[in-house]
Amino acid sequence: MSRATLRREVRIDRSPDDVWALVGDPTTIDQWFPGIAGCTVDGMQRVITTESGLPMPEEIVTIDPIQRRFQYRVTSPLFTYHLGTIDVIDLGDGASLVVYSTDADPATLALVIGGAAGNGLLELKRRLEGAN
Amino acid sequence: MGRKILFVTTDQQRFDTLGCNGGTLARTPVIDALAASGVRYERAHPQSVVCMPSRSTIITGQHPSTHGVWMNGVPLPVDAPSVAALLQTAGYRTALIGKAHFEPFLDPFGRFTENVLAVRGEETRIGPWADGTTGPHRGFEHLEFATHGATGPMHYARWLQANHPEAVGGYYNPLDGDLEVNAAGGGDTDAPQVKHNPIDRAWYHTDWVADRTTSWLDSLDADDDWFCWMSFPDPHHPWDPPASEMGRIDWRDVPLPAGYPQSRAERERILDAKPRHWRLWYDGALVSNFEAPTKWVPATLTDDQVREVNARNAIECELIDEALGRVLAAIAARGWDDDVDVIFTTDHGELQGDFGLLFKGPYHVDALMRLPLVWRPAPAAGSTPSVVTAPVGLVDLAPTFCDIAGLEAPEWMQGTRLPVDDADAEARGIERVLTQWDSELFGVAVYLRTITRDGWVCTAYLPGHVHDGTEGELYSLADDPLQQANRWDDPAVRSLRDDLLADLWDSQPPERDPRLQLEAPV
Repeated sequence: MSRATLRREVRIDRSPDDVWALVGDPTTIDQWFPGIAGCTVDGMQRVITTESGLPMPEEIVTIDPIQRRFQYRVTSPLFTYHLGTIDVIDLGDGASLVVYSTDADPATLALVIGGAAGNGLLELKRRLEGAN
Repeated sequence: MGRKILFVTTDQQRFDTLGCNGGTLARTPVIDALAASGVRYERAHPQSVVCMPSRSTIITGQHPSTHGVWMNGVPLPVDAPSVAALLQTAGYRTALIGKAHFEPFLDPFGRFTENVLAVRGEETRIGPWADGTTGPHRGFEHLEFATHGATGPMHYARWLQANHPEAVGGYYNPLDGDLEVNAAGGGDTDAPQVKHNPIDRAWYHTDWVADRTTSWLDSLDADDDWFCWMSFPDPHHPWDPPASEMGRIDWRDVPLPAGYPQSRAERERILDAKPRHWRLWYDGALVSNFEAPTKWVPATLTDDQVREVNARNAIECELIDEALGRVLAAIAARGWDDDVDVIFTTDHGELQGDFGLLFKGPYHVDALMRLPLVWRPAPAAGSTPSVVTAPVGLVDLAPTFCDIAGLEAPEWMQGTRLPVDDADAEARGIERVLTQWDSELFGVAVYLRTITRDGWVCTAYLPGHVHDGTEGELYSLADDPLQQANRWDDPAVRSLRDDLLADLWDSQPPERDPRLQLEAPV
């Protein structure tokens, strides 16, 4: 098996602009993605540090406030390929659908990142809806 | 002072690996003696044939549909019901030493409590319980973890790395460079998940688990009631027991298992009569089980590889038996002999050559479902030795622990206390056991529901990646103990099949809603 793709999504009862304010800011990932203890951002380079102390370098690929799409790549040699995509979609009723897609090679790492991302979306929902 | 409970589990051990169950390869005198003086179960089944769902059933007393751990990689919520929490509340001292696996291992984000405890070297932490209160993690006041080999964050791995770093590399690496289950071969026959391991026996995880168990028991007061889950990682692959022990069984002398058809044509004929995913996996055309090496093709399995795997597996079973003997001696030295119930079982079986396959997967046959289960009640209870042929399940363990402790089993437990003999089983209407499989990963979905009753095992397939929902398997356990002749489409047993299916669907446990998410590979 090589590359795999995973998708997680959540409905958040907050406006797309409110959600994007958090998702579109690469410095806030450690506020809502469980297991990320800290992050530093330098231009389009980000380094996150996991709770287990593992640093993971990333390249920010897309920050598009019009489409409300954030994309990044993990550039750690653990990955042959990685692309993470977070889309914030306007549901038209004052709520948003947040879709977190993970494409990775090796496939196992897609599940490691994508599985954690599911928890991240739940935390994002808790934070944003709790702030209503 | 009440009865104390030593609960012993292994990982992926077949029914026929014990002498008391007719096994002839491994010598298991300690467990055989427990069986001779206690209750030996002829047909104990898991409710899932992979680790995390099965172990979650043991601790919750619930079927996988209800506790929600529907496949490996789905973590059991930290506030899930726990029999250990009930016992701890009732005054029992509680420990789990060895392999837990209620939460995924592969965890670079450090999200799962069990991994965090091991990394920090902590015994437990206070967390939420199902009843809305808080207490030690899942009810265990003492936790020390081990798994296969010496990698990862487990307490055993960290102990070995700190004290005997030269021994770490002797173990087979369970994962390959892609973090998938390793297919690399080794040993004398190049069998997958086999390696020559030069580790000193005293440092091997089996003995470490026994040593740590003894150490914890030594820390208790003589009057303490206790529940100790001693959980050996073996004989689950990799098959890399200490090289010093390999002289116990020469693999060249090991007979091929009865379930291993020696002719390739015969193997393939049997597989072709089963639902498609059996043969597809054998040919390397479909992987529907990610606990087996994805890069290994079962059709390449040789007679000698089957022999070597079985020899190594048997050696690991012998080491477990001896380790258990040491713990029982330590218990005797404390003067607790008469007051200790010992229950020995495993979480699921191993194909170990049956049908020309190794490892496990969505295959509900005796290799994976028929488990060793022995209960030696505390001698002070004055019970009579027996053999139970009625079907029972691991779901029945939690209510049994409650019964031993004099507690009423709570309503959320779905099993019933284990029968002490067949008359007890008949009187209480114990006649069926259920097993289920759900997996969805990387575009491949497989769903099985199985009932075992009246000497038959009947498996229905739900629609999935290669199944349209009409497939199934039906075997007479008396006439076809190796489950080689699928009678699902046999008109002669159609009404029996329909009756079993009706019972199967009527007996399905309630499903957790919303469904828990898959969060990690394993």
